[in-house]
Order: sequence, then C-alpha cells, then structure tokens
Amino acid sequence: MNLEHIAGLVLVLASVVLLIVLSLPRKTRRGRDLRDIPGFRRLRRSIGLSVEEGSRLHISLGKSSPVNANGAASLAALAALERVARMNSLSDRPPIATSGDGSLAILSQDTLKAAYRLANALELYDPDRGRLGGATPISYIAGALPITSTEHVGTHLLVGSFGPEIALITEAAERRGALSLAATDSLPAQAALYATASEPLIGEELFAVSAYLQAGPAHTASLRVQDVLRLVAVGALILGALLKLVGVL
Amino acid sequence: MRSPVSTAIAMAVGLLVLIGYLLPIGIVGQLRTIILDWAITLAGIAGLVAIFNLAAVHWRKIGDKRNRDYYSIFLILAFWATFLAGVAAKVWGVPSQHDFQRVVTAIQMPIEASLMGVLAISLAYASFRLFQRRKGLMAIIFVISALVFLIILSGLLSFGGSVPVLGSLINLLNLLPVAGARGILLGIALGSLTTGLRILMGTDRPYSG
Repeated sequence: MNLEHIAGLVLVLASVVLLIVLSLPRKTRRGRDLRDIPGFRRLRRSIGLSVEEGSRLHISLGKSSPVNANGAASLAALAALERVARMNSLSDRPPIATSGDGSLAILSQDTLKAAYRLANALELYDPDRGRLGGATPISYIAGALPITSTEHVGTHLLVGSFGPEIALITEAAERRGALSLAATDSLPAQAALYATASEPLIGEELFAVSAYLQAGPAHTASLRVQDVLRLVAVGALILGALLKLVGVL
Repeated sequence: MRSPVSTAIAMAVGLLVLIGYLLPIGIVGQLRTIILDWAITLAGIAGLVAIFNLAAVHWRKIGDKRNRDYYSIFLILAFWATFLAGVAAKVWGVPSQHDFQRVVTAIQMPIEASLMGVLAISLAYASFRLFQRRKGLMAIIFVISALVFLIILSGLLSFGGSVPVLGSLINLLNLLPVAGARGILLGIALGSLTTGLRILMGTDRPYSG
C-alpha cells in the first residue's frame, strides 16, 4: 500500500461518512438548499410544458461507456434520465434517450423501464425510446441529428461525455426553436456548448442535474459533499503554495 | 420497489473492485482484475446487442406507415453490407481484412471530415451570434479570451518570446487556461467521486433490477 492508496482510502471513507451524515433529514427552509441556476428553472418549466404542448424531450447521454474513465458522466446522465422519464412518462410523446455507446444504450433502456415501472405505467414502456445513435462520436451525432427534426422534440437535455461535435445538435435545436440544456465533462465541448446551447452548464454542474430535478436527498447531499471536499482541496492548494513559498516543499 | 438482489450484487461487485484498487493485496486484487475483465467482455457484447437494436429500430421505421423513413433503408443496407463483409473477411479471408478496413475507412473518413467542416462553420456562426444569445460580463470575457488565444496560438506573436515584457505576458496568458481547466477538472473529479459512491451505496441505481 503506497501513499496514493492511503489518500484514496481516506478520501473515499470521508466522503461516505459525509454523504450519510448530510443525507439525514435536517431543519432547513424549503428551496434554500440549492443555489438558483436559471437553466434548471427553464428545464423544469419546459418539462411541464412539453406534456401540455405535446412535444417530446430528447435526452442525450453521451458517448462514454460506464466502464471507461469518463463513466461517471454517463452515470450522472442515467440518473437524470430516470428522473426526467418519471416526470414525463405519462406524456403523449414520451422522452427519447440516445447514446453513443452500446452498454450505455442498454442501460438507458433499463433505466427507462425502471422509471415506467415506478410510475406504474410499464405498459407504456417502449424499448425503442432508448437507442444507440452510432458507435463512434461522429456517427453518434449523425444518428442523433434527425431526432431534432423528425420527433417533435421541444427540449434537448444533453448530459454526459461529448466532444465539441455536440454543437451540431445544439445548433440544430436552436434552428427548430427548441430549448437545449447541456452539461459535459469535456473542456473543449464545454467551450463549444457555451457558444451554441440555450443553457450551458459549466464544470461540476453536470453532476447537479439530478439533484435539481429533485431526485432525492442523497443527490442533494452529494452536492454538499462536493462543496466540503472542494473547500478542503482549496485549503490544501493554498497550504501547498505557502509551504512552497517558504521553501518547506 | 426494485429487486434487492440486483442492488446487492451491484453494490457487492462495486465494493470488491474499489477495495481491490485501494488495497491491492492477495485475492482481492485478483478478483478485481477478473471482474474488470468480465465488465469489458460484457461491454463488448452490449455494444453488439445495441448495434442490432439500432438496425431493428430503423427496420421498423421503414415499415412505419405514418412516418416512413426512407433514409433508414440506406442504413440497413450499409449495416448488413459492412457486417457480412467483415464476417467474410474474418472467416474466409475474402476480402482481406486490410482491404475491408481500407474500404470502410475510405467511406467513413470523408463523411466525418465533412461533418467536422460543418461543425467549424456552425461554431464560427454561433460565435458571431453569441451576444444575441447571451448578454453579460461572461459572454464578453468568453469572446475576448477566444480572440486573444486565437492570436497567440496562430503564431503571430512568436517573436514576442525574445521581447522581455511581452514574452512574460504571453507566458502568463498561457498559464491562465491551464489554471482554469484544473479548477474545472477538480470539480468534475469530485462530482465523479460522489456519483460513484451513490451507486456503491445503492441510492442511485442505473439498472431496473
């Protein structure tokens, strides 16, 4: 066991303890837990409107397999998919999920099925609503692009691991007058989305999507854990810089 | 209520892999390797299943009387032609795997390059319209920094390295995106950690069970 493993173990154990403690019910004023992000406000309104207007939601889950290094973004996307599917399951036009990886596509079908079962509407579940767009990054975009024009999509929720080519979907959505809320773990894609998406999310806001869609206390608690760990990281960076300055490191 | 058995298996396997990574000793480390090998095999099979599912979706689109999609015919034809040629190349050696790969690449590369060309134009157009879509300080900073780094990376200021003040200024500017990127990546790493822990604790289940 080296220093890296010990540090990892401490970080994981501390995070688990924090996650459990912060998931416990506490006396707070409703609505004061999370800072206001206008994109999520628009998304919630758009989900509600889509049922009334008969438009569809398209959830793009990215191109990274859950077993890859970028898998966390895909897992965050699946959590968001389940929440959106439950909120929108009884719509005339149920949501569509597309992905750029085979295992992610199968998990998206499974997640949709779970959402319909939890909404007591399993008979409305259609496995074709969770589909593979394409097996390479560009073929995925090419496979997902027709959805913007042929499936009556009013809102695109793009959450996961993408390259800058995702801007082709946000541009197509813009031309159709659809809302696009986009969050990714890739820096070049974030820059492209800032210029093209209606509501781009930056950095770790990707992992806040499910919490803002009221997925449960564990999701809200994980945001608080991130805040605590971020403060610890900032403290460690400042301490390291000071020690370097005085010549200790 | 989701299946407690699936949840228990997912949590146990996840914990075994995590313990195997953090405490790579004895049988735990070996188990981690075996489980990860299984995961990679399963991901490969899942890829094949998803591709057949994609073909099935497009097959149904061809047969849909209300919204028939004629482009799906091309997808189905291209899919089966590529699939059968790939199987023939592997099993019988006709066409040779090299020729098969060359043909596939010769079709795929120009199409992907064309889409990247469209992307470049779309991004240029989007940056012209940025101020229509987004107003405020962040948009101004975004555009100014994009212009500054376009100039720096174009090599126009390559002579600046020998000029004392300009050289230091360019070095400082080159450090700024690195610092910003590290900050964003740190946040993403922490988000990844808590997302993984939610799944290990069974509060998040990206499977129906």
